[in-house]
Amino acid sequence: MSLFDKFKPIIDIRTELDHIGIMPFGAVTEKLLSPTEAIVNGHKVILAGTNNYLGLTFEPECIAAAKTAIEEQGTGTTGSRMANGTFAEHVKLEQELATYFNKDHSIVFSTGYAATMGMASTLAGDGDVIVLDADSHASLYDGVRLSGAEIIRFRHNDAGDLEKRLRRLGERIDNTLIIVEGIYSMLGDRAPLAEIAAVKRRYGGLLLVDEAHSLGMLGAHGRGVAEEQGVEDDVDFIVGTFSKSLGAIGGYCVSNHPQLEAVRFAIRSYIFTASPSPSVIASTRVALRLLQERPQLRDRLWENADRLYTGLQKLGFRVSPEVSPVVAVTIEDRDQAITWWNRLLQHGAYVNLVMPPASPGDHSLLRCSVSAAHTPEQIDCILDAFAVLENPANPAASGNV
Amino acid sequence: MPEYNEFITRIHKVLQPFVKPEIELTEDSELVNELGLTSLQVMTLIEHIEDDLDISVPLNILPDIRTIRDLANALIKLT
Repeated sequence: MSLFDKFKPIIDIRTELDHIGIMPFGAVTEKLLSPTEAIVNGHKVILAGTNNYLGLTFEPECIAAAKTAIEEQGTGTTGSRMANGTFAEHVKLEQELATYFNKDHSIVFSTGYAATMGMASTLAGDGDVIVLDADSHASLYDGVRLSGAEIIRFRHNDAGDLEKRLRRLGERIDNTLIIVEGIYSMLGDRAPLAEIAAVKRRYGGLLLVDEAHSLGMLGAHGRGVAEEQGVEDDVDFIVGTFSKSLGAIGGYCVSNHPQLEAVRFAIRSYIFTASPSPSVIASTRVALRLLQERPQLRDRLWENADRLYTGLQKLGFRVSPEVSPVVAVTIEDRDQAITWWNRLLQHGAYVNLVMPPASPGDHSLLRCSVSAAHTPEQIDCILDAFAVLENPANPAASGNV
Repeated sequence: MPEYNEFITRIHKVLQPFVKPEIELTEDSELVNELGLTSLQVMTLIEHIEDDLDISVPLNILPDIRTIRDLANALIKLT
């Protein structure tokens, strides 16, 4: 027996991948050519597995703001928001987020993980109850485990099952936090938030929604699924990230509850870490403004999502339940998923390989995501790479190339 | 309020489709190590039991449930 015994399953998979000469996890991006193109593991590819939904990572205005911030404020804050790490720009970004979401209060975190994990671990505690969607992100599961609350999960996107769970709680509903996501990261399916909000109105509890994958994509102002489904007033806490549609790194929580200002002083992932670097805050502030000024980015994103989704469907792949900027192809056989991931790379498309337990269910996923920065021609190139896989007459499909 | 033996019978009934027919279920059968259930199958099993008994099983207690007996005892506490 040793401490390392529990890592044997991981070691076994790594050995297996080494043996076949494919390492999909931690593929190295050697050079970025644009928001949508790079050299990955030696192959020039179209990036179809990032979360760069609005394609803002190389936006000149964002880059200029980040450069200026570095020159004026240095490369890092070197301290916690609670100590020396709150610069005027952190406060400005919090105000801008609150204004954008029409909420009174806002907290900026150093990562999206710190935001979701921090809120999930802090809002509920001993004696409280958390009811969360079964397919919630790992950061939410980590948070609820740390909270000390009783954790109950409900079937994914099933408002009826949520209702049963809330009914069973009786008076404990007063101490209950409900957690769901807007768009789910693996399959790109969106929550039936109007139904979930209706259940919450009927039974009670507080509702937290993680809009990490829906910020900038849905709703008249891009505020996410809550805006799209007209239930923003029912959502007590919205959390999200700067590392996807805003092209940087960091996280946030917005709320109308004045108690958020007290909660801030209790969130360990906010207190015991350095605050976001000045350049990150600067580019995020510009990106948040551009997100509002350029609704056409949203339109382009959905056109690309539709083009990829319907294209993959026509090719006969088993795609996610609905059109979304995340389009996942489900593959039953894990080894085939690994081989296909590698074939796609060789044919010029980088996608994410997701295997159980990271994928929902027993199957593996080739998870694609689109960007507003993709051209229709690039989407077609991604489809061409998939077409090679699907055609059994082509030697590339069998893995013999 | 169902008794212990009734819980065992209910668990066996719900569990049967998840295990090979030749495997005999006993109270000491371990769900993961012996019956080979994946974590996903354990969660599906729990969902069936929750529907059956109209209860919610908190995730917090799952690490302490290894055998069918552990599960029956946990259910007694929850009902």
